Amino acid sequence: MTIEEVQNEIIDEFSMFEDWEERYQYMIDLGKTLPLIDEKYKTEDNIIKGCQSKVWVHADMQEDKVNFTADSDAIITKGIIAILIRAFSNQHPKDIIEANTDFIDKIGLKEHLSPTRANGLVSMIKQIKMYAIAYQTQLN
Amino acid sequence: MLNVSEIRKDFPILNRKVNGKPLIYFDNAATSQTPQQVIDVIVDYYSNYNANIHRGVHSLSQEATDAYEQARLKIQKHFNAKHPYEVIFTSGTTHGINLVANGFSSLLKKGDEIIVSALEHHSNIVPWQMLCERTGASLKVIPMNESGELILSKYDTLLNENTKLVFVNHISNALGTINPIETIIEKAHKVGAAILVDGAQSCPHIKPDVQKLDVDFYVCSAHKLCGPTGVGMLYGKEDWLKKLPPYQGGGEMIAEVTFEKTTYADLPHKFEAGTPNISGGIAFGAAIDYMNSIGFDNIAAYEHELLDYATQQLQQIEGLKIYGTAKEKTSVISFNVGTIHPYDVGTILDKMGIAVRTGHHCAQPIMDFYKIPGTIRASFMFYNTKEEIDTFVAALKKAIMMLS
Repeated sequence: MTIEEVQNEIIDEFSMFEDWEERYQYMIDLGKTLPLIDEKYKTEDNIIKGCQSKVWVHADMQEDKVNFTADSDAIITKGIIAILIRAFSNQHPKDIIEANTDFIDKIGLKEHLSPTRANGLVSMIKQIKMYAIAYQTQLN
Repeated sequence: MLNVSEIRKDFPILNRKVNGKPLIYFDNAATSQTPQQVIDVIVDYYSNYNANIHRGVHSLSQEATDAYEQARLKIQKHFNAKHPYEVIFTSGTTHGINLVANGFSSLLKKGDEIIVSALEHHSNIVPWQMLCERTGASLKVIPMNESGELILSKYDTLLNENTKLVFVNHISNALGTINPIETIIEKAHKVGAAILVDGAQSCPHIKPDVQKLDVDFYVCSAHKLCGPTGVGMLYGKEDWLKKLPPYQGGGEMIAEVTFEKTTYADLPHKFEAGTPNISGGIAFGAAIDYMNSIGFDNIAAYEHELLDYATQQLQQIEGLKIYGTAKEKTSVISFNVGTIHPYDVGTILDKMGIAVRTGHHCAQPIMDFYKIPGTIRASFMFYNTKEEIDTFVAALKKAIMMLS
């Protein structure tokens, strides 16, 4: 599936929820399914700055596709990362670099996109794209 | 006795909804809400007499100057400063602390010592670290115990003839502990040290008498006591304020300027360079009037009732741990529930219209002491109610259920 297709699938899933409670419950559940980062990558250096909760993201590339793993000490943050990783994992770095992130808005999580928001969603997206740029450079 | 339902009518913001739910505002320790009486003063200023002060001969400037200086008198009276010129308008507590720290950089030398408490806000740690870097003085810390109280016997051992300055907050923003500043001031003076008390958290709850306390410097922010943001005050004893050099250069703070030499204006203008926050200063005065019209004794008694009630209710929740259990504390409750991250709880509570603070509260050393990433902090003011606390506790239980 392309990034856009995955994003549309996520939008469809979230459209079934009637209120914030169902939406957040789903996010919390998603947080529990997050592909966890290997403990050895959970270093101080790998912590994403700008987060009230701690967030670690790691990437590796296999057969020209980038895979992400992550962790956070806050479960809602984990849910948000899980959504992001689902959209961007197992994709070609070029597609990750070019992908837009409007779907966050469409699933009712726009509030988390504010640059002042303490969860650092913006920093997470930036970090994901930075990894993609790094791997793209390797491919070139 | 307070008539809370009448008081609540003074605060327009308390009528609004957040995420579709009536706002419950429990983040008062970060900033208090503003009553219509204070908002009106700001609107009146810009509608009727907005002008630069202390320099115009025209009527508007005179009116603005009068109102601004009236506000200074109100602040003087409220804190019982000996002279109006011992009250310096600042942009807030942090500005006041930096003004004093900067002033002391010319008075300190290598080997001198500064004492701060373990309960300090970052704004009360960083300026002193910077001051120590500049002067070669060293920073000592009064430790705290598990309840969040300062260990005064340790303070005794830190004090000596090298101690030049002691800095302590009146009330801890993270835990709500009321520090025994009378004793702390007295002991500092015994070794000849100056003392600055940070009143940011205490000013909305306690009416301090700076002369009776015999404190050398006292700082606070208007927005903590129902005033606007961006304005605060530094009280300093006349002798000390004369000793400190000016902090910033600019208009208003000078007596005479030539390219060879500038002589500085008298107090308080020496420390008030440039056009100040005029409407803010006037509204600060109005906020003090408002608080006094309710009465600090009434406020303290009612808030204590809220604190006791909320503490009892929260303690019934399984796995909930309150941080900061000092005997003397104000209406602040810092807590965590099991291993749930404070950020998660705060996010869910916000969805239910409840504003609390989560995180380290700019007091990381305290969080390190308890080995936690942060807490959830609910802080109450006299316009909050027990019904709001009930709603908050029910919402909290729901959040815990969702997050477990």
